[in-house]
Amino acid sequence: MGVPEVLQPPLSLRILAAYRRFIRWLTSARVLLALILLVMMVYLILVPLYRMVETTVTYQERDVLAVPDAVPGQLTAYHWVRMLASRVSRVFLYAPLQHSLVVATGATLLAMFIGSVLAWLVIRTDMPGRHLVNNLATIPYIMPSWTIAMAWKVMFNTRVAGGTPGLLEYLIGRPIPTWLAYGPIPIIISSALHYYTFFFLFVSAALMSIDSNLEDAAELAGASRSRILRRITFPLVLPALLSGFIMTFSKVMGTFGGPNVLGTPVRYYVIATMIRSSVAIGEFADGFVLAIVLILFTIVTIYINQRLIGTRKSYETIGGRGFVAHVARLGPWRKVLAAGVIVFQVLVIALPLGLLAYDTFMLHPGNYSLSNFTLHYWIGKSDINIANGTPGVLRNPKIYSSAWNSIRLSLATAFFTALLGVILGYAIVKGRGTRLSKLVEQISFIPYVIPGIAFGAVYISMFSKRVGPIPPLYGTFALLVIVSVAKHIPYSARSGVSAMLQVGRELEEAGQMAGANLWQRFKRIIFPLTSAGFVSGFLLTFITTMRELSLIILLVTPATQVLSSQTMRYTENGDTQMANAVILILITLVLIGNFIIGRFRGGSLKKGLGM
Amino acid sequence: MGTTITIKNLTKRFGDVVAVNNVSLAIEAGTFLTLLGPSGCGKTTLLRCVAGLEDPDEGEIYIGDRLVFSRARGISVPAGQRDIGLVFQNYALWPHMTVYKNMSFALEIRKLPKAEIDKRVKESLAEVKMLGYENRYPREMSGGQQQRIALARMLAYRPKVFLMDEPLSNLDARLRMDMRAELKRLHYVAGATTIYVTHDQVEALTMSSLIAVMKDGVLQQVDTPDRVYRCPSNLFVADFIGNPKVNLLEGVVDGQGCVDLGEFKVAMDTQGVEGKVVLAIRPEDIAVYTEPTPGTVKFTVYSVLPSGADSTIVARTGEREVTIRVPGISPIKMDDSVWLKFDPQVINLYDGATGNLVAVRKV
Ligand SMILES: Nc1ncnc2c1ncn2[C@@H]1O[C@H](COP(=O)(O)OP(=O)(O)O)[C@@H](O)[C@H]1O
Ligand SMILES: [Mg+2]
Repeated sequence: MGVPEVLQPPLSLRILAAYRRFIRWLTSARVLLALILLVMMVYLILVPLYRMVETTVTYQERDVLAVPDAVPGQLTAYHWVRMLASRVSRVFLYAPLQHSLVVATGATLLAMFIGSVLAWLVIRTDMPGRHLVNNLATIPYIMPSWTIAMAWKVMFNTRVAGGTPGLLEYLIGRPIPTWLAYGPIPIIISSALHYYTFFFLFVSAALMSIDSNLEDAAELAGASRSRILRRITFPLVLPALLSGFIMTFSKVMGTFGGPNVLGTPVRYYVIATMIRSSVAIGEFADGFVLAIVLILFTIVTIYINQRLIGTRKSYETIGGRGFVAHVARLGPWRKVLAAGVIVFQVLVIALPLGLLAYDTFMLHPGNYSLSNFTLHYWIGKSDINIANGTPGVLRNPKIYSSAWNSIRLSLATAFFTALLGVILGYAIVKGRGTRLSKLVEQISFIPYVIPGIAFGAVYISMFSKRVGPIPPLYGTFALLVIVSVAKHIPYSARSGVSAMLQVGRELEEAGQMAGANLWQRFKRIIFPLTSAGFVSGFLLTFITTMRELSLIILLVTPATQVLSSQTMRYTENGDTQMANAVILILITLVLIGNFIIGRFRGGSLKKGLGM
Repeated sequence: MGTTITIKNLTKRFGDVVAVNNVSLAIEAGTFLTLLGPSGCGKTTLLRCVAGLEDPDEGEIYIGDRLVFSRARGISVPAGQRDIGLVFQNYALWPHMTVYKNMSFALEIRKLPKAEIDKRVKESLAEVKMLGYENRYPREMSGGQQQRIALARMLAYRPKVFLMDEPLSNLDARLRMDMRAELKRLHYVAGATTIYVTHDQVEALTMSSLIAVMKDGVLQQVDTPDRVYRCPSNLFVADFIGNPKVNLLEGVVDGQGCVDLGEFKVAMDTQGVEGKVVLAIRPEDIAVYTEPTPGTVKFTVYSVLPSGADSTIVARTGEREVTIRVPGISPIKMDDSVWLKFDPQVINLYDGATGNLVAVRKV
């Protein structure tokens, strides 16, 4: 063909060539971004984890009090032995762990039942009002997870456990049994009524994506209805159930709010509340051991589920967008059933809100008569005889500053999370198949397996001291933003990847051919094309951050108080009416946010959950 | 106007897959070169290497005298600086930009004055007969219109080299015919050196000044369309080009100036050839007689497939089946006897073991 061979150049040129190739590799868009992200994630995720583990295996300053010959900083199994195999292990670790498992399992199963039944009714039956049921199903989830717990307390509180009587006890005039007022049963029920949304969304997506042809084929083959449900539908929905299980279980394991409201008063501790009390009294190492145990349990759960799901990783891959041919006919009962379902849903939303609101108007706790009506907790001036002189929430500058903190924390977190999502998506998708891309993707997943309270704990250990150029951030507002963004990394990575996959590599390459540099490509092609995902990711993160508690409860200080931590503070001080008023303000802000989401096309809770 | 492109020993691997294997090509200025081969043979990868979207693992690429890629020297000029235009298989028009914005993008990046940008956009739109569509969004146009805009977007910044990756594969058959003529004309007017990728041999034969046939990342033959059709350099190329397919008849050289095919023998010049061979004869090169004629072999008609301008006849003798093409509508019917003449002048002879061409047809 008249093309001469390429000649082998001398060594010096070969070294120069290798150097040039390395520089080009290093400065190529995907590598550069991946490396920056990697450094950032190592710093935000891996280093804190390492520091946490390190703390548990070295003597701390305060250990000198308990162990006279302890040398702070020296390697020791002291904390682990103390927590796992000593007189106090039962109280500090095993009982709370058992409680956590009971609560998480119970809440997950109950949520699964409620969510799946509702999903089936909405997607696969001719029940009227399905659209309404569908819309109502997401509302409990956007409210703070401990809303129902607080309302439960208003309803079922009892003098027996040392509190003031709740509405029910007031009305019937007899004491309510403690098991109904506090402990595992109320925690399970109140958590399940919050988390059933996960199952509802997962299962209805799965039911929708199942190609009805599969069922038609079975019916043609002569299978009965129940057999089809058992042999075809159920196995196809199973991955969705398992995904919902992982998500709910690990969330409940790491949830602080509900157990703190309904468990702590009767000394029913779970791991999350135990971590909090250890940290509160300065026993960081103890708290970290508990956090590590919590993380390990979550990882094991996820691992087992992943094994069960096996090769059928995602229900999304089953068949196309089959339209629903089989709609189960519910017969004459369909209207009654619909009414029942909708009443249930409305009650789960409206009753708690009503109870909370009612309670805020009661001057003396435990007295629910109209003569006790007051607006003091909302607009009253400071009165030394009521709530230690705390003014009504709408007059209280502390509440305004908390609300402002909540809003700016949510805005900042939402912005950085959405931005990070696009960049993560770019680095992961562009590098598909390379080890660097896999590494970025894997590390980005880690926060997913770390329950909220444990993640917060990780950050105490990291940012209480100066690390390299970064000053100690403990107690700052910036730390709250950082921890919230870091915890959202798995979701932003997933939604970023799916947004990038939709953009398709040719669109960016066409920009490359046109001579656009990386910044020009991002500005003019990638950002505009992923903007819908950016906006919905932004709004959803805004909401989830607004009502986040477990993650930041260990990190807030009086100066950085947000609304969610403020309600907990009032609850713990026994200022129930104030707490309830604050949570109502918080819910109002969240609902406004949710309303705004509804206005944006393409924004949906589903997308925000990375489904 | 165009420029030469020289590719030396180019290799690109994806893990264990060698997508492009030691490919060397010298393309003269103004050439319309088609990369032809079955799906997955590495055409797109080779094109992307030239474009600068993919860094090869070995070899060098020159555009004109300019070295744009050299593994050995560690050089790789970014895609945007190679003065190359690329039309993507799926067009890759930016969906959030109007036609005008799509086209002015590259010009804005090059910091051309507004008036000049406007002029060039209008000119390029005129060239693809799409004036008046400036304010449309890609989704508001048909596939054929999008395809024209994709071309115009490339024309607007006047690259010296055009690269096109199966640009017509998403169009319906009719539109494809029209666009072939348009594209050929466009190349003729612009004179830019063009590398055109297709798996459609008809497209390759009709449009190219040079065809490069690829298989499994390896170049098989680089030749004019006529030579690729008449003298395929190996059995793969022979089999790939032509519709209906070439007849490949396996046989053995019998040492007496004949190839023994089992059912019959074909006398031909087999000098220097031994052992197993394959005869290749195009369907239109087999002469058909309806009466016994000297030097023919008797076959029975298995099926007749008329298609207007010509008819395809499938005939058999024993296990041996051949395809024949005759002009017009043939009076021959199924199960008729026909006598076929295999003229050694129009037969290519291939080595049975290597599949390489060993004796070329005389006419
Ligand atoms: N980005 C990639 N990663 C891995 N393998 C690839 C990639 N691109 C192409 N290949 C592989 O390289 C081979 C050639 O692909 P391609 O150049 O697209 O072929 P063609 O365009 O001729 O159909 C195929 O086996 C394909 O699977
Ligand atoms: Mg291709």
